[in-house]
Amino acid sequence: MMNEQDFIAQADRFLNGEMDGAERIDFERYCEENPVAAEQLATHRLFLRQLKHHADRAAFKNTLASVADRYRRPMASTAVERREPVLVALWNRFKINSLVAASVAIVAVFSTLWLSGYYKTIEKTSTNYSALRRDMNTVKKNVNAQNAVIRNINNEKQKGGQSEGHFGATGFIISPNGYVVTNYHVIKDADSVHLQNTKGESFRADVIYIDPTHDLAMLHISDSAFKTLKSAPYTFKETDSDLGEDVYTIGFPRDEVVYGQGYLSSRTGYAGDTTAYQLSIPVNPGNSGGPVIDSRGQVIGIISGKQTGIDGASFAIKTDALLKSMSAIPMDSLESKLLINRKNSLSGLKRTDQIKRIQEYVYLVKVY
Amino acid sequence: MSKLNRSVVPDADVKTVDGIALGDAAVLESLYHDYFPMVLNMVIQNSGTEEEAKDIFQEAVIVLYDKIKQGNFELSSKLKTYIYSVCRRLWLKQLGSRERAFQDVNNYEEVIPVEDDLAKHRETEMQLSLMEEALDKLGEPCRTIIHDFYILNLSMQEICQKFGYTSADNAKNQKYKCLQRLKRLFFSTM
Repeated sequence: MMNEQDFIAQADRFLNGEMDGAERIDFERYCEENPVAAEQLATHRLFLRQLKHHADRAAFKNTLASVADRYRRPMASTAVERREPVLVALWNRFKINSLVAASVAIVAVFSTLWLSGYYKTIEKTSTNYSALRRDMNTVKKNVNAQNAVIRNINNEKQKGGQSEGHFGATGFIISPNGYVVTNYHVIKDADSVHLQNTKGESFRADVIYIDPTHDLAMLHISDSAFKTLKSAPYTFKETDSDLGEDVYTIGFPRDEVVYGQGYLSSRTGYAGDTTAYQLSIPVNPGNSGGPVIDSRGQVIGIISGKQTGIDGASFAIKTDALLKSMSAIPMDSLESKLLINRKNSLSGLKRTDQIKRIQEYVYLVKVY
Repeated sequence: MSKLNRSVVPDADVKTVDGIALGDAAVLESLYHDYFPMVLNMVIQNSGTEEEAKDIFQEAVIVLYDKIKQGNFELSSKLKTYIYSVCRRLWLKQLGSRERAFQDVNNYEEVIPVEDDLAKHRETEMQLSLMEEALDKLGEPCRTIIHDFYILNLSMQEICQKFGYTSADNAKNQKYKCLQRLKRLFFSTM
């Protein structure tokens, strides 16, 4: 019985085929006689096979990795070539040029359109809404050109040293201590604003609040000549009025106060605007900012514009929007508190008497 | 696997198989050249990257190598079909683990079942990783001595000189101890 170390050494030689014939037979016989040794030999053989397999595989993996590595470079270049047909290559080469050309073309097109006034035309033609401020210079020109009588009046006015305002519109008292409401579009580009009452007295006014979304503006008469009025005869109706409601307005489409009468024809304004009414009432440039009053003397809205090309479609901003806008005025921009009249002194009066009392509270707004 | 069908298998494939068994670099290179673009295409069209395609292809070649090494390897189909099937299977598995959908169904190439081969491959992989682990634990110089003696078939004299042992007997003792330790490590982890 040999020891284990010698046995392994012999087994190695046996498995490697290093033994000669006699030795080999001896070793085989020894294993046959010794089951323990035979088992040991089998294990050893298996173990060595595993070891060898491992080494081979490791070597193979190494070769494979290096082959893969070598393959990478040519493969990458051919792949790029394959994926780029002529068109793509051309596109890549001239991409910058074509992008520059395209942007130049875009700039050229739009600047030409802009310069030629295309967008202004679009704007003009795409909206049928016309704000009703009165362009006094246009009136003057027309007058000068066409109507001799009015030209005379005009000349007289100029002789009187009165300079013409650029625009004219209407406004009315919301609080007797000098607060007046008109349209935002009236005073939009104003240098200064003057208010003239029916008696011909003129006061300077400041814009204290604008609400462009509702087309509203609040003015305050800052003139020392202005004396606080008695409380206004009309009240403000907060709820919506009904279709067919008989309404009238007072405004200044010219330098004299003008009465207009009509009815409420729709609960929504231009293009479905729910903060406005549609009225069937004759209005003209200069009526903007005038009060819309119902038969009981309640203000239900403010004239703001009309739809061109459609007869009898005027629009008025609802009182509700006015009241909301008024409550949104910051307190510190108010000189004194707004006093909203709650007591209506017009109901029951005849229309002519109503107008007499109201007209003192309606102003011609002159914007310079 | 069905019986070998000579008419289906070109001679070139048989040569390639022999080359793989020997780990011939030139054969492996031509293998890449012939079949990798197809695999790359399949992987990229199914939400993979070029890197992933390379890994898949490499693993497929090792699967093939394992199969050849097990002996009695017979090609039952074209090598191309075999490689495509293995790659497809491997990629499916990887996608499955990432829960991505695989839309490609036998669209480009013929596909043969390769699940058995892959199972065997996994088993081999596991056993060999055990051996790797044992060898790592064995450490130097034992690892090199074992490698030199059993794999490179160096004689005891050469090992004795290489490692600077005083006599061949000393080297023999050392080798024996290393072998016993490796066996213990290997069988204990199994």
